[in-house]
Parts: sequence; C-alpha cells; structure tokens
Amino acid sequence: MSVMNARSSAPARSAGRPPSLGGNVSAWSNRHRKWLFAAPAMIFVGVLIVFPLVWTLYLSLTDSQGSVRAATDFIGLQNYLTVLSDTERFWPAVGRTMTFTGVALVCEVVLGMGIALLLWRPFRGEKWVRVAILLPLVATPVAVGMMWRLIFDPNIGFANQLLGMIGIPPQPWLSGQDTALGTTIFMDVWQWTPMVVLILLAGLTSLSDEPDEAARVDGANSFQRFFYITLPLMMPTVIVAILLRGIDALKTFDILYATKGKGGGSFNEVETLNVYAYGLSFDYNQYGLSSAVLILFFMIIIGSMWLLTMRKKAVSK
Amino acid sequence: MKRRSVVKYAAVAAALSLGLTACTGGGGSSDAKESGTVRVTLANHVWTEGIKAAIPEFEKSSGLKVELTQLGEDQLSDQYNVKLNAGSDEIDVMMYRPLQEGKAFAKNGYLADLTDKVSSDSTWDWKDYQEGPVKATTADGKVVGVPIITEREVLYYRKDLLQAAGLEVPKTMEELEAAAKAIKASNPDTAGFVARTGKSAAVTQFSSFLYSFGGDFTDSSGKSSVNSDAAKKAYAYYGGLIKNYGPANVSTDMSWPEAMAIFTQGKAAFYTEADSLYKNATDPAKSKVADTVGFAPLPAGPAGSKPYNIPSWGLAVNEASSNQDNAWKFIQWATSKDRTLAAQKAGVPGPRSSVWSNAEGTSTYPKDLADAIAVSAKNGVGHDRPEVVTVGKAREIVGEPIVASITGADASAAADSAHDAFQKFLDSEKK
Repeated sequence: MSVMNARSSAPARSAGRPPSLGGNVSAWSNRHRKWLFAAPAMIFVGVLIVFPLVWTLYLSLTDSQGSVRAATDFIGLQNYLTVLSDTERFWPAVGRTMTFTGVALVCEVVLGMGIALLLWRPFRGEKWVRVAILLPLVATPVAVGMMWRLIFDPNIGFANQLLGMIGIPPQPWLSGQDTALGTTIFMDVWQWTPMVVLILLAGLTSLSDEPDEAARVDGANSFQRFFYITLPLMMPTVIVAILLRGIDALKTFDILYATKGKGGGSFNEVETLNVYAYGLSFDYNQYGLSSAVLILFFMIIIGSMWLLTMRKKAVSK
Repeated sequence: MKRRSVVKYAAVAAALSLGLTACTGGGGSSDAKESGTVRVTLANHVWTEGIKAAIPEFEKSSGLKVELTQLGEDQLSDQYNVKLNAGSDEIDVMMYRPLQEGKAFAKNGYLADLTDKVSSDSTWDWKDYQEGPVKATTADGKVVGVPIITEREVLYYRKDLLQAAGLEVPKTMEELEAAAKAIKASNPDTAGFVARTGKSAAVTQFSSFLYSFGGDFTDSSGKSSVNSDAAKKAYAYYGGLIKNYGPANVSTDMSWPEAMAIFTQGKAAFYTEADSLYKNATDPAKSKVADTVGFAPLPAGPAGSKPYNIPSWGLAVNEASSNQDNAWKFIQWATSKDRTLAAQKAGVPGPRSSVWSNAEGTSTYPKDLADAIAVSAKNGVGHDRPEVVTVGKAREIVGEPIVASITGADASAAADSAHDAFQKFLDSEKK
C-alpha cells in the first residue's frame, strides 16, 4: 500500500511528460480507494433506505392523495396532528401493535427458552426433533396464514371439529371480534418460536459448564441453577433474541393480511400500525397521512430498539 | 475538509441512485416506439382463462407478441397503484373495475382516451354495447375503457331443500325470509341463507337489497341517504337474514369465495350473489350441489326487484404506454363479437346486445339462470357501490351498518353514524 501511495502522491515526478489517462484514473482510484470499495454498499443504502425514508418524510408533510404525481401543498405538521388526534383508528392500532408484539414476544421467549433447555443436552433422536421444530420457520408467512385460516374456519375448519370430538362447543377463532387478535398471536408464536429457540440454543451451547458444576457440587437444585446461574449468564443472548424478534413482530403484516384482509377485518380487529398505514396508502390513497403514520411507526421502532440496546449494555457489564 | 468530501460523495451517491431509478423506471425505453410486444395485465377470472387460451390466434393474425401478467383482485389493484402512480409504461392493456377504480384512474389521468378508436371500426361496432356498461367506462364525455363482463345479482338456491320443505321459489323478501327460516328449522346443520359478510365485500351484494327496499347510497342531490327509512330497513333485513338463518359462528370477513364455499359445500339453502360466478356452483368439480342448484331473480322488496346490473370489468389502455395503437389492437380483438360470444358461452355474461339477442349466447346457461338474467337486465340499477373517487373508503363507511346488523347490534344507530361519516366523506371529495 505504501508503495502505491508513494506513486500516486507524486504525479509530477517524471520530467515534463504529462501522465497518461490510464495513469490518472488509477492514481485517482488509489487516492480514493476507501470510498471506491464502499461505494456499492453506499449506493445500495442510498437507493433502498435513505431515499425512500426521506421521500416518506417529505410526503408526510404534504397533502398528497389520489395520485403521487398530483400537485400537492406543503401543510407542515397537519398530518401528524390529524393522526395523533385520531382515536378511532390510529390509537387503537398502536394499542394492538403493542399487544401483539408484547404477548407474542413473552410467549415466544418463554417457550423458546423451555425448548432450548430441552434440546441443550444430547439425547436420542435429537436430529429429528430439531428438524420438526424448525419446520414452521421455513414456511412462507402468507401460506401459514392461509393454512391456519382453513384450520380455524368456524364452519368447515379442522380446529372446531377437533373441539367437537372432545365435547367443546365451536369457537369463532379468527372471526370473533375478541378472539381474532389472540388467534393471530398464536399463529405468530407457532411460526417464530423456532427462531428464538435457535438463538437461545446457540447461547446455551457457548456457556461454560464450570459455574453450573460448581453450583451442583454446592447442592443447588435444577431450579436454582437455572435462575441463579444459567439465566443471568444467558441474559445478553435473551436480549438479542428479544431485539431481533421484537422488531419483526412490530412490523408483522403478512400473517395479518393473509388471515383478515384489508383493514384487519370488518371491525378492524387485527389492524396494527402496519396494516393501517397500508390501508391508508393502497385503499384510501391518502399518501400524506399514510406517510405520517409510517414515520411515527418508524420512531416507535427506533425508540424500542434503543431502549433494548441500552438494557443489553447494562446486562453485559 | 474531510466533512466536505463526505458530503460530496453522498451527493454523488444520491445522484447515481436517482440515475439508477430513472433507468429502471423507464422499463425498456429503448423500444419505446410502438413495440411489437403488448404487455397485458389481467385479473384471475373465467374470462381471462378463455382469452389466455385464444391468445396464440391473435399473435398469429396480428404478428404481435403478448406478454401476459395475471393477478388476484387485491394484488391487481395494488400493482396498478404502484405502477400507474410511478407513471410506468410497463403496462399497455389493463383489466380494471370501472365502478371501483374507474373514477380515480380517470381523475389521475391514468387511462388513455379511446373515443376515436371505438368509433373507428363499424364491424367491431361500439353501438352494440349496452348503455349502462358504456356509461360506466365513460369519464367526462370521453370513452376510457371497453366493458368485458357484466353482472347482476341473482338468487342461488337448492332445489332439493325447497322440494323437501314443500316450498315455492321465493318471489318476495318476506317469502325468502320465511323459506330460510323453515329450512333452517328442519335442517339444523344447514343455514337457511348465506351471503357476503365482510364490511367492504358485502356492500355490492347488499346494494340490490337497498334498491329493492327503495333506498340508495346517495339521494338525487348527491347527499348521503344511508340513514333513510328504506336503507335502515334494508340493513336490518340483510343482516337479520344472516344473523338469524345464516351459518353458525358466521364470520364477518366473508367475500364471495368464502360465502360460495359454504353454499357449494351444501351448507346453505339460499345465497344471493353475482350471476357471473354461477360456474362455481354448477361445476361438479367445484361444487357438491352442482345438480340441485337453481337460479331465480332477486326477490322483490317494497320497491320491487331491483338488482344491480353493472359492468364489473373492462379493458383500458395505460395513458403512459408508448404502445397505445397495438394495445388497442389487442382490445379490439379481445372484445370482438366472436370473442364475446365465446366468452359468454363459457359462462361469462358480456356487455354486447347482439350476443344476448342471439340464441347461441345463452345456449350454455341453465335455463332458469338465463331467464333470471333477462329479468334483472330489465329492472337493473347501473351501480352496485357508491359512485365516488375513493371507493375503497366509501365502501367501508356504508358497509359498517351491514356488519353491525349481522352481529346483532342496532342497525338503525349504525346507519345514523354511517350517514354522518359518509356525508363528511362526500364533502371532502367535493373539495
């Protein structure tokens, strides 16, 4: 590298002869190589992340509707005021987003921890068990939604037939105003717990055995060993799992859309922020309002990520 | 010094990225001059299946190549939203719903003016098209689309269940309710009546009930009238039929595929739905009750039998397409008298008068269905949803009382609050 630098920083070394074009290009690229290597990634980020974000921010400050190409007026924060004072659709959607994410996360982490502990120690047939547990993970969420929708159909679904066999009356599942959100949470837990298992299992297998053995020698029972040894040591991994899964759960769209369609059902019973913003854009063509919702949503995600990262730092110390 | 170069590079990256999007957005602008490939986007429909099979004929006779994209209804409308908004020329011919997207597309200037083209060919014969459908594909006096499929709401019923109960085919709303009640009472596992229940999906099928009770979504001055006495009665009746005689645990998200499934699984006696979907009920491969399905005109309410009679789909040319003449050639072929007759024989009711007056046009239909269609075409109303720009939102507003009524809530109160919301919506569209 230093050789190259020496060459490129002395372009006028040779007496009188102007450097060739090729020499110029290579000299230029040498001087700027750190930028050149980063350029593809920067362009990618610029095109696919920064530009859409800035554009959304701009749209959220205009009264854009009907067509993005139609003339718009700059209306400042009016959209944000409209959205934040909307107690009919926006705030309930925030509530549902939080409920969905919170309940799904707790179930997934608790279940995931349990399953990971079961798989931690080698046993016969563990290969098959692992494959079986990972199956939901490889299915497409939309297909998963369709599948459960058939199973939970109130009239011809398998779930109610099964309940009928053991004498329980049929349940409305996805079609009930009060049960729909719970049912979609169940689907999310069914599909994504395996991912949490994977992360936690990786964390478990990297723990050293000594503290656990020392505690065993001191006569600690398995509960004490888990709560006082394993769990504290696992905390950073648990937070990573919560972080990854949490961001995904906040943004869930496919399962909800595949099971309840636009608007999250006739009573908006599973309308989360993402589904709401989608409806504002694609169904109502109110791009300004929709962008405002998305920007607020983006802030919520960034905020929750920041809180969790802070927590992780505190735990890791 | 350092900072400035960062800014400079960021600017370059941004300029490059814009350049890139400009290139990809152009969509093969190199062959912008009337390309020999016509890019056609169609919805999943019986009509589409027929056209798809015949496309090689068109390619041979015209020397053009057809590139076909086929999508479900919701995906189709999302695709249009994205591509037409971006001013993309990647679509030449588009299948669209004149009553759903027509006004919005025309307002946004997405649809090419076809006025000269439709009147240029007397053998193709634009005058042959029924008046209602033509009105729906005309915007501000310009023809912007060619109707391809028409539908009317008819009553699907089970002959065997009626016979077993010793009942006649219901001719009025009261008779329909009495028959649904009687059949449900004697067959606990069978619903007396099923229909769409989703807030937005049900609006079109509910509209015929609304008209038959003497109501409409708006009055003659364009003001909301969803809280009129007639409308309130219609809401209560439609919802009541489903609540009292519908399937147990009825879902409030049903569109036609779900409602049709209940009927074709043999779990319901009566079902009101668009006639263009009849094949789903009469095709033994799809329906357990194929041999006992009967059809009748919509039973009469206090204002008579007034089903909607509408063009559900049409073909249009994308204004941004650089291939408009070839796009028109495709439409001209796909909507010719012969093709329309072929489609109609395959079970797709069309918009051409000459095909309807031709005995061959209804030769493949069950006789009672053909009769029901003829009656409905006479008494029909030309719209099945509010005639506004943002139809999606309007449907959700006027559909609210339907679901309220199905779930046993107070339909009249729901109609009052829907009226206020709908009037507010109409005022906002006027701005």
